[in-house]
Amino acid sequence: MQLPTQPSIRQDEAPQKIEKMKHVVRRIKFESELDLEFGERVAEKAYGQKLLSCIQCGTCSATCPLAHYMDYTPRKIIAMTREGFKEEVLNSLTIWLCASCYSCYVQCPRQIHITDVMYALKREAIQMGFHPKRLPIPILAQEFYKRVLKDGRNTESWLLVSLYLRTNPFKMLKEALLGLKLFLRGRLTIGKEHVQRRDQIHAILEHKKGGQPS
Amino acid sequence: MKYLSYPGCSLRSTGRAYEESLVAVFQALEIQYEELKDWNCCGATSYVSIDEMDAFALAARNLALAELQSPESTVKLIAPCSACYLVLSKTERYLEDYPEVSTNVNAKLDKAGLHYNGRVEVRHPLDVLVNDYGLENIVKHVQYPLKGLKVACYYGCQVVRPFAKFDHSHYPVTMDKLVQALGAESVDWPLKTRCCGGSLTGTTQEAGLRLNRLLLKEAQKRGADILLTCCPLCQHNLECYQERINRIYKEEIDLPVAYFTQLLGVALGLPEKELGMQRLFKKLSLEHITHPKGEMANAW
Repeated sequence: MQLPTQPSIRQDEAPQKIEKMKHVVRRIKFESELDLEFGERVAEKAYGQKLLSCIQCGTCSATCPLAHYMDYTPRKIIAMTREGFKEEVLNSLTIWLCASCYSCYVQCPRQIHITDVMYALKREAIQMGFHPKRLPIPILAQEFYKRVLKDGRNTESWLLVSLYLRTNPFKMLKEALLGLKLFLRGRLTIGKEHVQRRDQIHAILEHKKGGQPS
Repeated sequence: MKYLSYPGCSLRSTGRAYEESLVAVFQALEIQYEELKDWNCCGATSYVSIDEMDAFALAARNLALAELQSPESTVKLIAPCSACYLVLSKTERYLEDYPEVSTNVNAKLDKAGLHYNGRVEVRHPLDVLVNDYGLENIVKHVQYPLKGLKVACYYGCQVVRPFAKFDHSHYPVTMDKLVQALGAESVDWPLKTRCCGGSLTGTTQEAGLRLNRLLLKEAQKRGADILLTCCPLCQHNLECYQERINRIYKEEIDLPVAYFTQLLGVALGLPEKELGMQRLFKKLSLEHITHPKGEMANAW
């Protein structure tokens, strides 16, 4: 019987392998590098301690219509949040791809408010400056916030213009035809909508007056 | 019984046809309502990504204003846009369920001289028409039964989840019952509450367009002549990106997308201008639909 031959390191490959060995990277995190309170902080912001009772069944990932675009599925995000992988979670695309359809929220067998968890993570990521700089989704949220802070109402045409200016001005050209078609049908307005009692809006959001969200 | 209505920002822009047709239908059915004075943006899905308590407080201003405007013990506030409906319902629910939200929000409202006492009930027009007004009363007003028309009823995500009390969160039937009462056939399709991607069509098109492609293809495959929505963002996504979806994914989708109130208006015999038909990208041919006297349905 012939024994299977061990694949040996070919002579010409050896130097590369040795070089590689010099840059061995650790692929797991030590507990000391995690933010162990992160899970509890997020759970508190997402109504109760339910997040911590997740059984990792994966119903959320199965029902999520955007899971196949996410870098970590919702189930993984919950596990990582609970364990304190703060940077990975806040840097993930997952939290931005959540379109707030609440499908996981109503299906979760532990009644975890997953959509609220995603919102809490989005806020944390914006506050700490974690999101990718030109990713349009958080910028849309910020522009939306500013528009409503100022006028009390949102005017879709102006919101889109400010979004494209901050992300990709060329995209505005790409969307111009659709914009024109909408405009011709009276579906895009030029005038800005606003409330009469702007003072009430400013009073409600007093601490934000003058200051822009980060 | 008088309702208050909260149109929301989209119904003043991309969703104008929704407000126009809703007003026309309510007038034809003599449903009494008045607009909430000086309403502000509900905050949609974006505001809460920046500051949650501000988002609740903004939405709660509308609830507080509704209480001031209506003397009734339960103020019925109609929100036609799915996002508005969800945000207002959620605010109402969280104010009731979580004392910390209620304290925080009322402290903010106080600064504007407002207070919310919990008297508002947020309602969707679909719920109002089918469950308050009643299908049997709607049928009495139908002038042009939509016989032979196959309709895919698309509810979208936020109108049935998770705060709506009027229908099932994944397989609702309220709109299907309505179109059946109008004489049309509602096709059975499993995607009626699958998300259209919302604002992702504007921010992350690859993801947004694919979600819409799936919905449109399935509706067309199941033989729908028209897709009905009850949300301005769903309508915009499903209608306005069809050309682009066909180009990118080599599809042959050709499906009119209208608001359920527009089709209801057609059945009630209302003029197309009042229903905002001229604002749609694709017109539905209703030529094969006849009413009992053998006449053509009004030219849509």
